[in-house]
Amino acid sequence: MSTETRGPTWQLPKGRTKSNTALNDGGTPSLFGTLVKIVLLGLMSAAMVFAIMILIGNEDYLFAGIVAVATLIVNWVYLRRGRLPAKYLAPGLIFMAIFQVYVVGYSGYIAFTNYGSMHNSDKDDAINALLLNGQTRIAGEPVYPLTVVTDDAGELNFLVTLTDDAGAMQVKVAADGEVLQQVTPTEFNSFGKATAAEGYTELPFREIAAIQEDVVRAKLYLSDDPDSYFLMTPDASQAVVFGPRLDYDPEADSMTRVEDGKVFFDSGEGTYRSSDGEDLAPGWRVEVGLLNFERAVTDPGIREPLVRVTIWTFAFAIISVLSTFILGLGLALLFNDAKLRGQRWYRVAMVLPYAFPGFLSAFVWRALYNKDYGFINVVLFGGAEIPWLTDEFLVKISILLVNLWLGFPYMFLITTGALQSIPSDLMESARIDGASAWQQLRLIKLPLLLVSVAPLLITSFAFNFNNFSLIYLLSGGGPKDFDATINVGHSDILISMVYKIAFSTGEGRDFGLASAFSILIFFIVGTISYFSFRRTKTLEDVN
Amino acid sequence: MDELSKEELKAYKEAKSLLTDERRLSFGGWLRKKGWKHLVGWVMVVYSIFPIVYVISGSFANADQFTSTLFSSFTTQNYVDLFEDPYRPFANWFVNTLFISGTAAIGSVFLSALAAYAFSRLRFTGRRAGLLTLILVQMFPQLLALVAIYALLVNIGNVFPFLGIGSQLALIMVYLGGALGANTYLMYGFFNTIPKELDEAAKIDGATHTQIFYGIILRLAAPILAVIGLLAFIGTSSDFVLANIILTKPESKTLAVGLYMYVSDQFGQRWTIFAAGAVLAAIPIVALFLYLQKYIVSGLTGGAVKG
Repeated sequence: MSTETRGPTWQLPKGRTKSNTALNDGGTPSLFGTLVKIVLLGLMSAAMVFAIMILIGNEDYLFAGIVAVATLIVNWVYLRRGRLPAKYLAPGLIFMAIFQVYVVGYSGYIAFTNYGSMHNSDKDDAINALLLNGQTRIAGEPVYPLTVVTDDAGELNFLVTLTDDAGAMQVKVAADGEVLQQVTPTEFNSFGKATAAEGYTELPFREIAAIQEDVVRAKLYLSDDPDSYFLMTPDASQAVVFGPRLDYDPEADSMTRVEDGKVFFDSGEGTYRSSDGEDLAPGWRVEVGLLNFERAVTDPGIREPLVRVTIWTFAFAIISVLSTFILGLGLALLFNDAKLRGQRWYRVAMVLPYAFPGFLSAFVWRALYNKDYGFINVVLFGGAEIPWLTDEFLVKISILLVNLWLGFPYMFLITTGALQSIPSDLMESARIDGASAWQQLRLIKLPLLLVSVAPLLITSFAFNFNNFSLIYLLSGGGPKDFDATINVGHSDILISMVYKIAFSTGEGRDFGLASAFSILIFFIVGTISYFSFRRTKTLEDVN
Repeated sequence: MDELSKEELKAYKEAKSLLTDERRLSFGGWLRKKGWKHLVGWVMVVYSIFPIVYVISGSFANADQFTSTLFSSFTTQNYVDLFEDPYRPFANWFVNTLFISGTAAIGSVFLSALAAYAFSRLRFTGRRAGLLTLILVQMFPQLLALVAIYALLVNIGNVFPFLGIGSQLALIMVYLGGALGANTYLMYGFFNTIPKELDEAAKIDGATHTQIFYGIILRLAAPILAVIGLLAFIGTSSDFVLANIILTKPESKTLAVGLYMYVSDQFGQRWTIFAAGAVLAAIPIVALFLYLQKYIVSGLTGGAVKG
């Protein structure tokens, strides 16, 4: 592999230079290359066969099929001779297909489901979760005497004196989460409660107090059926019977709540619902059609913030582009003067905000703006408590000011570049013809500048439209909008709202609704791109 | 210029000075002509560097007196504390950022170079459509699909746990997914500037296509590939959102996600330590940036500003 050519170099006939289809055949591959290829292909295929087996085990036949076909295609591409373009494109295309193209389609699918923290699995999992989580004290069951004991190894155990329906006494013991086993009692107190058994000794009261939480949380199962009733002890001396709060009837596919007998049926929307509209949580994932989009339009708690956020997103992006462009251009005009002393140093200093990592800038400004400790309030405003980031109007001004700081150096750099490419004789002749400085700017510099800079302004708009980091790291989207039924704040833009609906901790995650909003952003970005494409000549350059 | 009358000479000098600004200025004239530019320059310098000076000052301040004045106290304790907090392992974050962004940058340059080679040197059906698709895909940032990326990684994690949520490899794969869209078109342009006669000569001498790719194209494009790689490094090391949803354990986080833990907590308590972390995190990136500044400007404008 060296760049030097062996043997004589030929001047190729002129016609040949343009057509290099001959290159598509490649030469004779080396042995080493072939070995590397076979080993890599083998490893990949083995991993994919493994994945297919797991997918089949999970009864996910669709994805098993997709992985199988993809594996075959990759092997086919690399094992046959020729077809070089596919060999060079395949690695990048695979990653792009999965993590940039497929995920867009998948977003589209999720937008039509109710996927979220309350609906994150299939129906069987939801039924299990309902039966396991919803547990309640069973009314009418007797209360049994209980003693907290330790076994020979010092492990916490519970000794229960049970009485069956016939009145016969049984003494059983179990640790937390285990099934009660019969033991031989060795000591009883005056009320007939077993206080010790073979291998088990009573725990003194003050030691129980120290491990109180473990004691009241312990579950002692009456049989090894996981749905069975179990005992819990609220006071370390009595055992109370608990059981599932819900009773599942597989025949009717219904849940009956034990305490009030209310019946819940499959609503078709991924939950069990009673006749009066009460839903049981968790539910499961189902396709819900246009429900998420419908909610965005009909629920005022979602619609109003959505409209407000959309307007603010456009305002934020447009004002950011204009303010940075105007400041950047002004400075470029000012400092585009080779005779100005120290011009170089001014430029270095002014580029620094752009060089400083954006996420850190957001953190630093967040600190500067802090209401109680921030430099701006404490020093510049002499201790005033101005709510820079917590007032619903002021926060927008604060964000725009930070974005001006972040963005003007870029505009300064590109407009300086564009100004310097304007021929100087053009300006000179304008001066000789008596054009004023303002006329030179408005009639010559600006039009020429905009030709080259306009596409960058559109790119800058598209970037700011989705400038998640700035908003989320600076203000967190806050202050929170309490009128909304979703987690959204007054300075949120669309993308940060999507993030908060999907990933905010504490409140329920709603992937379906978040994806529906992503689709909306896709359409907006797509429209903007379409128009910017039509204006620029990029497409014509592709040949 | 001989034989000029006094008046003509005066008029000539005046005209010349008007055109070339070579007049000697009085102080008032200087202020009007130049001085205000320096004034604006100084205001902009203060505006530009103040937040940065503020962090540097904060990183050397005692925890209780960081707001009032700049550089009012001096201690290096913050830098020591930064590395001694077991719940916020700064050293891990630093190494993670280098590893994740470095691997993603190298990988994405390699994948894009492969694709750009195919587009630049090979002729095949769908080539034009492929280039158009790349430009189109480039318009849609990955973070728009962040919900689906999360859900996809949950599913992948069910099959290969080491590639699920919480895995740094998974994050690198997601970054590689954005590689083709971001860099291929740029590289395609650079590869086109390498004379095709070179590969044809090599081809006639019996070089295989891999030898041409590694031996000629990659060698000749190496400087520009390095620049694209470093720019990709700067970009991924500043990513917050994907890293934040994918990396869950404190010790596997990157600087952007990890330092957020300092800021999202009660402000004030750890600000000075955060400032120390910010200074250390920023130094390599700012240095890289200033070093690459001319490429960044020409690279960013390369597609649009045609000379």
